[in-house]
Amino acid sequence: MTTDASSRADSTTDEQGRTTGTLRVKRGLAEMLRGGVIMDVVNAHQAKVAEDAGAVAVMALERVPADIRRDGGVARMSDPALVEGIQSVVTIPVMAKARIGHFAEAQVLEALRVDYVDESEVLTPADEEHHIDKWAFRVPFVCGATNLGEALRRISEGAAMIRSKGEAGTGNVVEAVRHLRTILGDIRALATSDSAERYAWAKRLQAPIDLVEEVARTASLPVPLFCAGGIATPSDAALVMQLGAEAVFVGSGIFKSADPPRFARAIVEATAHFRDPEILVKVSRGLGDAMPGAEISTLATKLADRGW
Amino acid sequence: MSTGALRRPETAGGLRVGVLALQGDVREHVAMLGALGCTVDEVRGPADLAGVAGIVLPGGESTTLSMLLGSAELVEPLRERLRAGMPALGTCAGMILLATEVLDGRSDQQVLGAIDLGVRRNAFGRQLDSFEADLAVAGLDGAPMHAVFIRAPVVERVGVGVDVLASVDLAGASRPVVCRSGTVTVASFHPEVSGDPRLHEIFLRDVAAVSATRTAYQHA
Repeated sequence: MTTDASSRADSTTDEQGRTTGTLRVKRGLAEMLRGGVIMDVVNAHQAKVAEDAGAVAVMALERVPADIRRDGGVARMSDPALVEGIQSVVTIPVMAKARIGHFAEAQVLEALRVDYVDESEVLTPADEEHHIDKWAFRVPFVCGATNLGEALRRISEGAAMIRSKGEAGTGNVVEAVRHLRTILGDIRALATSDSAERYAWAKRLQAPIDLVEEVARTASLPVPLFCAGGIATPSDAALVMQLGAEAVFVGSGIFKSADPPRFARAIVEATAHFRDPEILVKVSRGLGDAMPGAEISTLATKLADRGW
Repeated sequence: MSTGALRRPETAGGLRVGVLALQGDVREHVAMLGALGCTVDEVRGPADLAGVAGIVLPGGESTTLSMLLGSAELVEPLRERLRAGMPALGTCAGMILLATEVLDGRSDQQVLGAIDLGVRRNAFGRQLDSFEADLAVAGLDGAPMHAVFIRAPVVERVGVGVDVLASVDLAGASRPVVCRSGTVTVASFHPEVSGDPRLHEIFLRDVAAVSATRTAYQHA
C-alpha cells in the first residue's frame, strides 16, 4: 500500500485518538479476506450454511444472479430486514449490493452497518453516467471491472477492493477468465513501460496518471483484486486463483448446485489449496451436479456491460 | 510499510520460519519476515512444518482458518510443536487461533491453546468500528506502535504466566491487545499491515534463542 492513510476518505478521529474509515482500514479488511470465498446468500439459513462451510464473508441479497436473470425487471438493494436477519446469525463479515450510482441505497447499507458495499452491475444501474463517490463513505466499497481502466476509475472514486466482473448468474467461467487476463495482462505490460509510455497508457485506459504510475511501479493494483461471475466448481476457483485472483466471489454457484453445503466446502478448500491438484481431486470427487450453465452468446442481457 | 528501512536483527540470518498460508494476509507477514533476513516457508500442510523453527499465524477469518487447519490435518502437528516450545506470533485471527478459549466463537472452532487467554472475536463491532491508533507497548524501544485494528478481537481473560504488553479501553474497561507467554506473542491488530517490525523481531529473537538452546543441547 503506497497511498497515504490520510486520504480523502471520510475518516474521523475520536477523543481516544482512534481513527475510523481510513483507506488503510478499508483496504485492510479486503487484505484479510484474501485466499477466501465470499458467498451470495438470500436468507439466514443460507448464511449459516456458508459460514459452516468456511466462507470468509457473505453477500446478502434477495435473489442470486441466476434468478435475477430469469425474473427480469428492475433488481434493487435488498430489504433491510433481510440484511439484518443475516447479520444476526453469522459472525463473519456481511456485504450487500447497491445499484451502480445509487448513493442513497449505499447510505442505507452504511446505516445498516454492513461490512462492505458492492456497487454492483448485477443490480439494475441507477445512473448511466456516474458511479457512487465512494470517498464520501466510511464503509468500504467493492466494484466490478472488466479491464484495467475500469478498475482504476473505480479506485479513483474510492473503491477499496476490485472484483473482475465475469458474467454473473451463468455458471460459465469464460468471462471471468477474460476479465482477469485482461486486467492482469495490462498490469504486466504497464509494469514494463517507460515513463513516456505511461502517459499514453493513462490516456488509453482513461485513468488518472498517478494511479497508472503506481501500478507501473508496483506491478499490482493498489487494492486487492478478487474474481466474480461464473465460478461454479472447485476447479473454476483454482483456475482463477492460479491466474492471479486473490479471492473469489461465488454467487449462484453454491445454492443453485445439487448439494450446496458440499459445494460450498469444496470451493473453500479449492481456493485455499488452489495449486494442489490432489486436494482438488479429493474435494471434487462425487460432488454431484454444478449449477446449470449458460452459453454467453445466448444471453439477452450481459451484466458485465453495465458500468463505465 | 510506513516505518522505513527495517532493522535487521543480528540473529535473523539463517533462521527458517513458517507462515500459515491457508487464508488471510499471508503476503504481508512473508514480506516482513523476509525483509528481516530469514527464510520463510508457507505452511499449508503437516509436511511444511518439518523445516521451520517458528510459526506466524496471520490475520484472516478465524472461523475459516480453524476449519482449514482441521481439513489440512494441521491441528495436532501444530499443537505438538507448540507444546514442545516452538515460538509463535499471532496477529488478529492468529491471536484467536493461539488462545485457549474463544468467547462468542463457533462451538466447533479449533483452538491451538498455546497461550492461556480468553479472546472475544469482533469485540469492537463491525467494519465501521475498525480503526487505527498509536499504542504504547511495554518493552518496545522507540515510538508507540501504529496499530491497525480490523474487526479486531480483545482479551477478556488472562491466564497465569501471561504478560500483558498493551491494552486499550473498550466500553470503560481496559482490555489487553498484546500478550506474551513464554515464546508465544499475540496481538489483536496488524503490525504487518502498518509495517512496524518490532513484534516480529521479538518473535525472531525467540526463534534464535530456542534454536541456540537446541543446538547447544545436541552438542553437549
